[in-house]
Amino acid sequence: MAITYTSGEQVEVYRFSIPATVLIPLTAVFLQAFLPLRFRFFSIFDLPLLVVIGFATARRSPLAGLLTGSVIGILQDALTHHPIGLYGISKTVVGFGASSLGIKLDVEHAGARFLLTIFFYVVHEVVYFLIARGLVGLHMEWSWPHEFLSGVANAVLGVFVFMLLDRVKQRT
Amino acid sequence: MDVLGRYRNLIVLVGVLFAQVLGLAVQVKRTTDNEPTRLIRIWAVGTVTPLEKALVWAQTSTSNAWHNYFYLRGVRAENRDLKQQIARMSLERVRMSQDADQARRLQALLAFKEQFISETMAAQVIGSSGSELSRSVYIDKGESNGIKPDMAVITADGIVGKVLRVYGSSSLVLLINDQTSGVGALLDKTRLQGILRGTPSGEVVLEKVMSDEAVPAGEMVLTSGGDGIFPKGLLVGRVTKVSLGSELFLNIRVRPAADLSKLEEVLVVTKIDERQAEPDQTGAERAVDILAERLPGVPSKPEDAVKADVPETAAPGTVAPTSPGSDVKPKAAPPEASAASGAPTAPKTAGATATGTDAMKASPKSVKAAPEPKPQPAVEDSPH
Repeated sequence: MAITYTSGEQVEVYRFSIPATVLIPLTAVFLQAFLPLRFRFFSIFDLPLLVVIGFATARRSPLAGLLTGSVIGILQDALTHHPIGLYGISKTVVGFGASSLGIKLDVEHAGARFLLTIFFYVVHEVVYFLIARGLVGLHMEWSWPHEFLSGVANAVLGVFVFMLLDRVKQRT
Repeated sequence: MDVLGRYRNLIVLVGVLFAQVLGLAVQVKRTTDNEPTRLIRIWAVGTVTPLEKALVWAQTSTSNAWHNYFYLRGVRAENRDLKQQIARMSLERVRMSQDADQARRLQALLAFKEQFISETMAAQVIGSSGSELSRSVYIDKGESNGIKPDMAVITADGIVGKVLRVYGSSSLVLLINDQTSGVGALLDKTRLQGILRGTPSGEVVLEKVMSDEAVPAGEMVLTSGGDGIFPKGLLVGRVTKVSLGSELFLNIRVRPAADLSKLEEVLVVTKIDERQAEPDQTGAERAVDILAERLPGVPSKPEDAVKADVPETAAPGTVAPTSPGSDVKPKAAPPEASAASGAPTAPKTAGATATGTDAMKASPKSVKAAPEPKPQPAVEDSPH
């Protein structure tokens, strides 16, 4: 079992099989596009973001995290009518941050995952807001209560998504 | 080299971010209507939409099988109600066709050109963009079905949006409540024109209406035809709230007539025709004819009696019924336009010989008594 050493603590590093690496993000993007039409409340969730956080914290490699984030984000961008890169940049930052933090923190417990997801959801929204408003010129409204509540909702869903990811991840 | 190795992750992060920001900036600067669809979008849509189509097909098939073969409770009662509804609507149609004839006569006098929807294509909504900030949906018809960008998308309730991007077998439809959409609209009673836009929160507002105008809540909002996408007269929605906006304009909130959050099937307007308004030269169908159709067993009059009746009942320029109670009646031709559209339609003339002027003279109603026609700009003026 490969072990990485960080600040004197031993942290396990996981990997995902190639089918899981390809199919899980695709399924997440597909469900994100399909479910809000049938269940309107689902638009509050960001399933691809949860997959980015889940992959990044499990792999604990900043390079893999930022690349996963950018690919999933660009895929998500391609389905919208906005310029490609809005979600790409936001999820690149989240992927890098989550994997970097995953090295330093124990993210195996549900409570830690819950808080981590809220934090990175807000980071994602802040980056998206800044780029959409500053670079693309979209009119956007920022509401802290809305973002926080969405973050909590995503964190609750995230706990279950991470449990599913735990079943397919493999020790290196 | 040691520094590069130490900060490798950070350098890669900056590089990836820089590349994406650069790409974003290029896209923002180069965004035009004629821009070709990027390959990455084609790949992404080509990967996701077949799955969506398959799921929607499975869902629809199951639902149809259940409702068409198993769950038939209340169908007889519903059928009876629908028949009664058809009877009521037939009478209503006669009254409305008379009003429409009158409007057409007036339009012909003023040499108006009218637009009407002549072809539509039904499409199923299979997916969304997946983002709250990109209010758009995917439909299961694309380039292979003859769909083109900027085609109007409607439902029986009201307008939905326009086709933004077309792929092989699917298309992206920009909804009217997206903040980047814009629709030429007018208020039904006051005839004030404005621009309909979406807001970041997904609401719809009518902009550019001067604040010194009185706009009551509940007023209908229709398309003005000025955008070159939607024909004039389609229902958009109703005014829900009016408040003072910025720069002497009103802030008018509109509730879309079509439920944009529960779209399942839509109609893509594939062809819009325009032509000079012509007065209807056929005999107007009368409410009494409709009622006579529903009366059981009225015996036919002898031939000589019929001949004696004709001069009294038929006005010049109109076609009288061949015999009372007979099945052969001069019915208005079915409208060319789609039934779902609210655009003006012109019934086909059926073997009439009277000229427009004759028809005007033959009209049972006086032109002076007609309500004031709604102004309709010439089609050539609209920015197609």
